[in-house]
Amino acid sequence: MEAIVVKNITKTYGKGKKTDGTLAVDNVSFTVGKGELFGLIGPDGAGKTSIFRMLTTLLVPDSGSATVDGHDIVSDFRQIRSTVGYMPGKFSLYQDLTIEENLNFFATVFGTTIEENYHLIRDIYVQIEPFKTRRAGKLSGGMKQKLALCCALIHKPTTLFLDEPTTGVDPVSRKEFWEMLKRLKAQDITIIVSTPYMDEAALCDRIALIQGGKILSIDTPQRIVQSYPEQLFAVKANEMYRLLQALENYPGILRSYAFGEYAHATFRDPDFKTDDLEAYLTGQGLTSVRIEAIEATIEDSFIKLLN
Amino acid sequence: MMQDDQVIVCEKLTKRFGDFVATDEITFEVHKGEIFGFLGANGAGKTTAMRMLCGLSAPTSGKATIAGFDVYTQTEQIKKNIGYMSQKFSLYENLTVLENIEFFGGIYGLSDQQIKDKTNELLDRLGLKSEAKKLVASLPLGWKQKLSFSVAVLHEPKIVFLDEPTGGVDPVTRRQFWDLIYEAANRGITVFVTTHYMDEAEYCNRISIMVDGKMEVLDTPANLKSQFGVRSMDEVFYQLARSAKRGD
Amino acid sequence: MKQFIAFVRKEFYHVLRDRRTLLILFGMPIAQILIFGFALTNEVKDSEILVVDYARDNASQELITEISASRYFNIRQAALSYQEILSAFRAGKIRAVVVFPANFNADLLHQNKAQVQIIADATDINTANMITNYLSSIIMDYQNRVNENLNMPYRIIPETRMLYNPQLKGAHGFVPGVMALVLLLVSVMMTAISIVREKETGTMEVLLVSPFKPVLVIFAKAFPYLLLSLVNVAAILFLSVFVLDLPVKGSLPLLFAESTLFIITCLALGIFISIKTDSQQIAMLISLMGMLLPTMMFSGFLFPIENMPYPLQILSNIVPSKWFYIIVKSIMIKGLGLNAIWKETAILAGMTLFLLAISLKSFKIRLQ
Repeated sequence: MEAIVVKNITKTYGKGKKTDGTLAVDNVSFTVGKGELFGLIGPDGAGKTSIFRMLTTLLVPDSGSATVDGHDIVSDFRQIRSTVGYMPGKFSLYQDLTIEENLNFFATVFGTTIEENYHLIRDIYVQIEPFKTRRAGKLSGGMKQKLALCCALIHKPTTLFLDEPTTGVDPVSRKEFWEMLKRLKAQDITIIVSTPYMDEAALCDRIALIQGGKILSIDTPQRIVQSYPEQLFAVKANEMYRLLQALENYPGILRSYAFGEYAHATFRDPDFKTDDLEAYLTGQGLTSVRIEAIEATIEDSFIKLLN
Repeated sequence: MMQDDQVIVCEKLTKRFGDFVATDEITFEVHKGEIFGFLGANGAGKTTAMRMLCGLSAPTSGKATIAGFDVYTQTEQIKKNIGYMSQKFSLYENLTVLENIEFFGGIYGLSDQQIKDKTNELLDRLGLKSEAKKLVASLPLGWKQKLSFSVAVLHEPKIVFLDEPTGGVDPVTRRQFWDLIYEAANRGITVFVTTHYMDEAEYCNRISIMVDGKMEVLDTPANLKSQFGVRSMDEVFYQLARSAKRGD
Repeated sequence: MKQFIAFVRKEFYHVLRDRRTLLILFGMPIAQILIFGFALTNEVKDSEILVVDYARDNASQELITEISASRYFNIRQAALSYQEILSAFRAGKIRAVVVFPANFNADLLHQNKAQVQIIADATDINTANMITNYLSSIIMDYQNRVNENLNMPYRIIPETRMLYNPQLKGAHGFVPGVMALVLLLVSVMMTAISIVREKETGTMEVLLVSPFKPVLVIFAKAFPYLLLSLVNVAAILFLSVFVLDLPVKGSLPLLFAESTLFIITCLALGIFISIKTDSQQIAMLISLMGMLLPTMMFSGFLFPIENMPYPLQILSNIVPSKWFYIIVKSIMIKGLGLNAIWKETAILAGMTLFLLAISLKSFKIRLQ
């Protein structure tokens, strides 16, 4: 059975008699299997938050339908609200309440107690328990995030909605956070998570790349990168700016762009020879030129899909 | 590198708040036209160090010169020679593109003629001519970022400080933004980037990572990765920051 | 119920841990009573006064004509008994009464002096003072004019008497006003801000996506402020009794019941504001500009409503605090019971029901 089924949902904001409004979500469909870790990957303003708010019954779609655990997001909103866990993007807990008070409050609101579902949060909670009398406002970003996750888990949700949980969090905490998600998956909780970071996509079972309210591609991260149509090359030289310019003017170029300390490039000719390019670049006055055939990443796929 | 090629020179720069050493004897140089990444976890001392470099906060001890000016005594000259852009604030959303450019040009003391020339040049380069009279609030995030970077270098500063400039934008827009940065660096403007997004850091020429107030490493991304025997900057950072004692 | 209690407890944590909130809650009543405890000047015109003429002779008739010619006073028909005078005061229709004793002219002629009694409603002490001064000077003018043609000068002695507030304590008029202001601030502004804050921090989203009924979320947020507001009423009354030495003349339970009604009015307003706004600053601005200002202007607490242009007088009727101000004044200072203020109470209750209805109607179980 599928945990989440989304069929052609569309959402427009600020639609008036005279204005068309902003199309935030444009005819989106996807499904998430039970116990799956599903990622919505896309930049700010892609429509991730709107999708989350519709699935958590906070917004009603203009058209289309969706179910969570078989409950309709419009008519059965009460059932959904008592079974899912939700961590909004800007969620910041009650800053003036301690760790323990925050957790207790959310447990009570959800009609449970910390003790009842302690086994679910134990792995995470033990890391912040030594500071349980500290106020949430005084915690580091990583600790706040752990507490927020505990609060979203405390009522044993069937499905967990995490909207950009790693935004503004340092790499160490981000890594720990994804490890926690993997362990939760083992507890048979369906997790749907959104992120603007392409490098986090590889940690999901399946991902949807989303931009401008539209889904560009849905698949496992592996299959998405495997379906990259051309052979990708990483090029390096002593000077980035001139390298990018030189690549752009290379006759056989298909696409080229900066990628960290490398430039990534694809070429029209399937029999492209790296030696030709190296000669060309050296001829342009660049030194220490290195060219390597590489596998595409999610980010390369995204760029390809956007063009 | 030649001595006069150095735009930022820090020697044992330190800032204490009571017993707490926020920035602990950091020593480094940044060269003209370099893209320098300034990294660290929350609370590592990045913000404090950057405030000293911008002339906003006096160091407790140590030496530093920015564009040749001393951080203790010549803060006014420093401010005239630097530009600043952060993702959180850069432009006035309820002013038009044109009004923003005029305002910031005026603040940096450009003449009306200079502002006019610069404005035309900038709008041409960004392809924003037709949007000049639109409110900044109505522009997509990517354009706002490009515009605010261009405004930050409007007065041709020696150094531009960028605070997490490209978080949250799509990969294509991000590259257009970096194209602008490469171009500015090519013109000789030094670009100083603070961020804790490692994928952003990989675009820099050299990267420094601060841990608990100290500058632990300083090298090119490639050298750092081979030095730590890992494949990504994320892992370099993870190894370093894992040992950190301080949170934010 | 358990959830409700958890909510209320959390809300108290918020209040008790924020120094600024505490200061507004408990510092403000004290500061306001001290500030407003000092007299403020008011101007009076067209005050309704009652003339009781036991003399009905030439002198009294002349003087009455003089008084009615003044732009300050409108004379209503004469009453005869003391009971009638009192009931006119109670009804709040008149500001003062001028009493001419029998034999007024005869006393002037034979003894060369006579008395006039002026009784003023001193609930509003500034107005009362001004009215008695104006009346006295009209009488003096009349006396001087008559005396020009006489060898033996006449003396008319005005005897003034302040009703309800014999010691002319200024704070009387202000305590009910301060009460209305403080309750407004606490119930409207703080409730609105505390709900909007949850929207800003994203906690409201989480609470909506919970089995807790959304409407209960709002009520649970408002409930602690009802309690805190009642504590504030008690604090103000305590200050007024023990610091300003002004006892509560009427029924204390009635006063608290009426205050509770007004607090609910304010909470409904606060909830309405919080539903319509998304940032704490805007919620605060609307509460201050939209609620506090009208209370200061139109409750009759700082500026006499009868001196305002007619359209503003009409407008003042829709300000809930005007009615609350009248109610508190009546109970605290005049010592009147529910039978005297049932009309005002009914108006306030009507407003409360209306505000609660529109708040509940505009409340949504989803975002937007």
